[in-house]
Amino acid sequence: MHEASASEAIVKMVAQEARSRSVPGDGSMRVSRISLVVGEATGYMRESLEFYVAASAKGTSVEGAALDIRYVKPLMHCPSCGSEYERVRFSFACPDCGAQGVLTKTGSEFYIDSIELTSRAEAAV
Amino acid sequence: MRVELKRAIYEENDALAREIHEDLSSRGIFTINVLGSPGAGKTSLITRIAECLGDKEKLSVIEGDVASDIDTRALRERGIEAYQIETGGDCHLNAPMIRAILGKMAIADGSWLFIENIGNLICPAEFVIGEDLKVVVASVAEGSDKPYKYPSVFARSAACVLTKVDLAIPVDFDEAFFRSGYESVAPNAPLFPVNARSGEGVEGFVSWLRSVRS
Repeated sequence: MHEASASEAIVKMVAQEARSRSVPGDGSMRVSRISLVVGEATGYMRESLEFYVAASAKGTSVEGAALDIRYVKPLMHCPSCGSEYERVRFSFACPDCGAQGVLTKTGSEFYIDSIELTSRAEAAV
Repeated sequence: MRVELKRAIYEENDALAREIHEDLSSRGIFTINVLGSPGAGKTSLITRIAECLGDKEKLSVIEGDVASDIDTRALRERGIEAYQIETGGDCHLNAPMIRAILGKMAIADGSWLFIENIGNLICPAEFVIGEDLKVVVASVAEGSDKPYKYPSVFARSAACVLTKVDLAIPVDFDEAFFRSGYESVAPNAPLFPVNARSGEGVEGFVSWLRSVRS
């Protein structure tokens, strides 16, 4: 369920974008690729996003679009020695000095980076 | 044709949440989004808070549940004004749901509004719904590893209320381990150990809420 509502939102946003760039006649646009940036701390799974995006896209201008997902590892910051590091499971400790690190914003991203649009005319070539 | 978007996936929800927040704030209503697992003690805590606030301060509650209105009825039996959102499967509340229920409520200006989110430590953390702040409720019975397993919900909350502290010994709760994890994900947020059954610790949390509000 976590990914279902996110996927609906993604499809709605990119379909709107395709519509806004379409011109009447043969210039209607389809979305051929969606590139997402997802921080691992958000917990959005690749398989689920792929499944729900494909399901939500059925019958829209987004149907069949490829989905690229770039995952971002959560980064911790060590207030003691200043080092930045990727978290080890079940621990927040700094690998350099052992102090307790704090979470940074890196790893909680969740946005559409870019999309690729193909016009019906292009697709026909 | 490649189009750079750089757009947050929940921007539509976030924009509506900002509108709701502005609307509530303009009426002096302070809104708390209460997150936590099923059975963490969210409803019991809200009940105790209502007692603590007494008759002089008004409090309204929006109860979010996947199914049933058990919590809403329990709150109403205690004379607390409560409204139910039944999501029918959705694992979190979102801004459109809050907008819809607010239209049916008569919240007095200057009230406290507690929104009890769906019992879940994952999705609710991702959504703003018009609140002034989020508070995460975690019970000792869930174990001391929760901040390590679900960092997001703790990181996005302005405070954590640790409930059922009277059970800490029988469930082997390691408070130092919990605190250490919590301080890593929420370095500037306070932790309030409470026992909602006896009321112990609730006053301290309410004083903190008052200080944030003023």
